[in-house]
Amino acid sequence: MIRIRGGKVYDPANGVNGEIRDVWIDGGKVVAAPAVAPADVEIIEAEGMIVFPGGVDMHTHVAGSKENVGRKLRPEDHRDHLRSRKGVLRSGSGYTVPSTFLSGYLYAEMGYTTVMEAASAPLLARHAHEELDDLPMVDKGLLVTMGNNQFIMDCIAKGEKERLRHYVSWLLEATRSYAIKIVNPGGVENWKWGRNVAALDDEVIGFEGVTPRKILEGLAEASRDLGLPHGIHVHGLNLGQPRSARTTVETVAGLDGRGSHLCHLQFLSYQGKEEGHAFRSGARSVAEAVKTVRDLTFDVGQVVFGQATTMTSDGPLEFALHQMTGHKWVNDDVEAESGGGVLPVLYDRKSRIGAEQWMTGLELFLLVDDPWRMALTTDHPNGGPFFCYPQVIRLLMDRDYRAEVLASLPPKALEGSLLPDLMREYDLFEIAIITRAAPARILGLTEKGHLGVGADGDVAIYDRVNVDGTACRCSRFQSCRRALSRVRHLVKGGRWVVRDGQIVEEVKGRTFYVAPGFDASLEDHLKDYFERTYTVAFDNYAMVDEELPLGEVIPCRRRNGSF
Amino acid sequence: MSERTENVVCTFCGCLCDDLVVEHEEGRIVKVLKACANGQGHFREYDPSPRLPRLEGRDVSWDEAYSAAGEILRSSRSPLIYGLSSAVTEAQRRAVELADRLGAVVDSTSSVCHGPTGLAMQGVGEPTCTLGEVRNRADLLLFWGCNPLVSHPRHFARYSTAKGRLTPEGRKSRTLIVVDVRPTAATKAADIFVQVEQGRDYEVLTALRALVQGKAMERPSVGGVAREALVDLAERFKNCRYGVAFMGMGLTMTRGRDLNVAELFSLVSDLNDYTRFSVIPMRGHGNVSGADQVTTWQCGFPFAVSFARGYPQYGPGEFTAVDFIARGDADAAVILASDPGAHFPRKAAERLREIPTIVIDPAESLSASQATLWLPTGVAGIDTAGSSYRMDGVALRLRPFLKAQRPSDEEVLVRLIEEVIR
Ligand SMILES: [Zn+2]
Repeated sequence: MIRIRGGKVYDPANGVNGEIRDVWIDGGKVVAAPAVAPADVEIIEAEGMIVFPGGVDMHTHVAGSKENVGRKLRPEDHRDHLRSRKGVLRSGSGYTVPSTFLSGYLYAEMGYTTVMEAASAPLLARHAHEELDDLPMVDKGLLVTMGNNQFIMDCIAKGEKERLRHYVSWLLEATRSYAIKIVNPGGVENWKWGRNVAALDDEVIGFEGVTPRKILEGLAEASRDLGLPHGIHVHGLNLGQPRSARTTVETVAGLDGRGSHLCHLQFLSYQGKEEGHAFRSGARSVAEAVKTVRDLTFDVGQVVFGQATTMTSDGPLEFALHQMTGHKWVNDDVEAESGGGVLPVLYDRKSRIGAEQWMTGLELFLLVDDPWRMALTTDHPNGGPFFCYPQVIRLLMDRDYRAEVLASLPPKALEGSLLPDLMREYDLFEIAIITRAAPARILGLTEKGHLGVGADGDVAIYDRVNVDGTACRCSRFQSCRRALSRVRHLVKGGRWVVRDGQIVEEVKGRTFYVAPGFDASLEDHLKDYFERTYTVAFDNYAMVDEELPLGEVIPCRRRNGSF
Repeated sequence: MSERTENVVCTFCGCLCDDLVVEHEEGRIVKVLKACANGQGHFREYDPSPRLPRLEGRDVSWDEAYSAAGEILRSSRSPLIYGLSSAVTEAQRRAVELADRLGAVVDSTSSVCHGPTGLAMQGVGEPTCTLGEVRNRADLLLFWGCNPLVSHPRHFARYSTAKGRLTPEGRKSRTLIVVDVRPTAATKAADIFVQVEQGRDYEVLTALRALVQGKAMERPSVGGVAREALVDLAERFKNCRYGVAFMGMGLTMTRGRDLNVAELFSLVSDLNDYTRFSVIPMRGHGNVSGADQVTTWQCGFPFAVSFARGYPQYGPGEFTAVDFIARGDADAAVILASDPGAHFPRKAAERLREIPTIVIDPAESLSASQATLWLPTGVAGIDTAGSSYRMDGVALRLRPFLKAQRPSDEEVLVRLIEEVIR
């Protein structure tokens, strides 16, 4: 049993806002205070410290084919960012694309205990899981891309809703995945013809009557009917383009909520030529659109100045970036399912585009006043590395700091911009929402992101005193960038794994996935389909339980259709 | 009574054909269907019966073997861990872990086949695709410096000329172009054979890039290829629906090496301004692609990594096994699932015989017979389980169909790690 004594607790899901109280953990879970504490209780002294639930990163790219291409592609990224092995801990390297063990350590040191790998092609899911197995310290899950899946598009073309639902269910279980990811629906299939889609009603080549809109609707419906804990996770059309805000507004209206989640919305909130600018923030119109619908959430995908590595299933986007920048480019078309690309970028605070992107993200954070509808992400490593979250947190909490950074941007970018006039500051309660409670709730992980009885024993304890013992110099603890940058203590699954800033134990996390069930007759149909289409036998496609010893099924709440 | 197992994966080469049928009886393989000659050998030559480790010429118990291994590793100041490419991913993960914990150099057989391909990718990127896109879409195939009919015999039938969604007529739906320095079985099967002078691939690739970009070419020929032929190739490349280039050691191990490959990758990149084009390196060993993957995800670099300073350092030419051994920098070696004793250049092979070596291999290879300690293991996909990565990065699960009578590579490596961190 562990007792975290006397800390200032922020637990928004249970309405606890900075109260001094104890947190008790036993058997890996948060428990009520015992009437009599057992003699061997471990006490973590948290007086004067901040106590948060373990952080939840709901959209990050830390494991799998694209991430590993990024690592391999960029030895120049790793050379100055090395960590030595230490005791039981492994060595590692990498800044924007750290190696797996190092990624796990960095998350733990920042106080995060749950991460969702946001994209793998289903065919490459086995690879993603192997890397996730080498990502210690955190619980995890995988989202698989379905927005350009030929079987799904065939079902939509033929109006076979039921088969679509069974297939989605089968695919989630076969790939041990957690939710449906949709990336540039139809656009990646068209990219295999050297094209793309630009509007919701554009046609997908070779699939009669299938459009991005129909793919979104079809999958949203399947997700709902299956009662998946997390709704469709959407990377929309025209990402990065100056017309993206307009498409996003249309997408929001088209989806009308339906429990959808729009990821890294910052990258889809730009406006341009039609509105009289080359490239500007369109955060206002997007924020307005989001506010008008219920049952729709998003994560921001904030840009951080400096190096980044873009990696996405959006093949045509990466090619466009390659044409624009000339940087080294990797593309990977994945049979029958998906695609993707990787390309290094630099977010330069001296460039107008970089400044606009940076402002767009912060505007989204500040314009949408309900923090429960959003999650803090940088779409690691697309907008910047995940370990820059504390920097983003400071920007949200401290408008003076924001002004300081704004002053360093190209003056032209500031002309007519919204951000300099946004005075809102987040408090720690709201930060706990967007980094813990909201992402856990959006993911449907009921035992994550809070500290109520029955929650997982994942607790991050931050100290105003730096882990090296020196006192934090700034006077405003609430907005101290360093306060939330590194935990003093971390409890993961009931084990005290970080003590005084040092990882003392390496733990393996669980992998969450769903298995809503499907009609067995689908398999005969799939066998034939595999023979005609794939280069992998149907019998060799699905993962088996022994490949995922720490897998855990999260229950679905089926709303429709017995199978 | 013989049993039949279907959809067995063959790990002989990077094709990872997963449609084999194996008949087995009383723990022995009696018949293998659908496999190529290489694959037949892979299954038929393996004797799964239990075997004791061999230490300095005598059979010893496994416990004795592990403590001898521990002795060798603990007293080494500069160990090398080499091979990896025929082992499953689970074993590769342990091999890199062992290197990390020992402060060793780890390198895979990539460094003697497609190492230059990795360097090229790091320089200019790599537009690629899975083999199913080749099957379903590709109407133009370009094989450069490789002969799939010998190295990957079922590549044509299963992938590159198979019938697919947009290629209903299989081979007839494609133009097949082979570039090589001499006629081979593959060049005979081609629609177009382009013969390049030995060591002039780079020039030919550069000329093609220029032509694709619309530049005029004045010289009548480059690298032994006539201007008209080059112009024709460039036009075909630009006008296909979906082209795929395959490349092999004719580019990586000849004059120019990584520069050749980078030029081909750049050509493929350029072609995406006009149409869709991808490239797939023809990886040899069953899981050499996985060795790159594992080493990269665990430490950031694909091969030639030293942990001597406590953190990973990347050093092709420095920490590549042949160079590291030939320089006399290794004082012990763990060799996993490869046979450097037979395949390394003479000087490196000689040096290898002078240092204590631990060979983990199902077969008594030349390296195993010369080793200080040979640890005979099972074969994944026959009597042990694990995953392997195909040449296009698709990972497959290898399911055992015989009962294991030997430890897996992974189990052996776990024991070595325990010996080291004791
Ligand atoms: Zn993302």
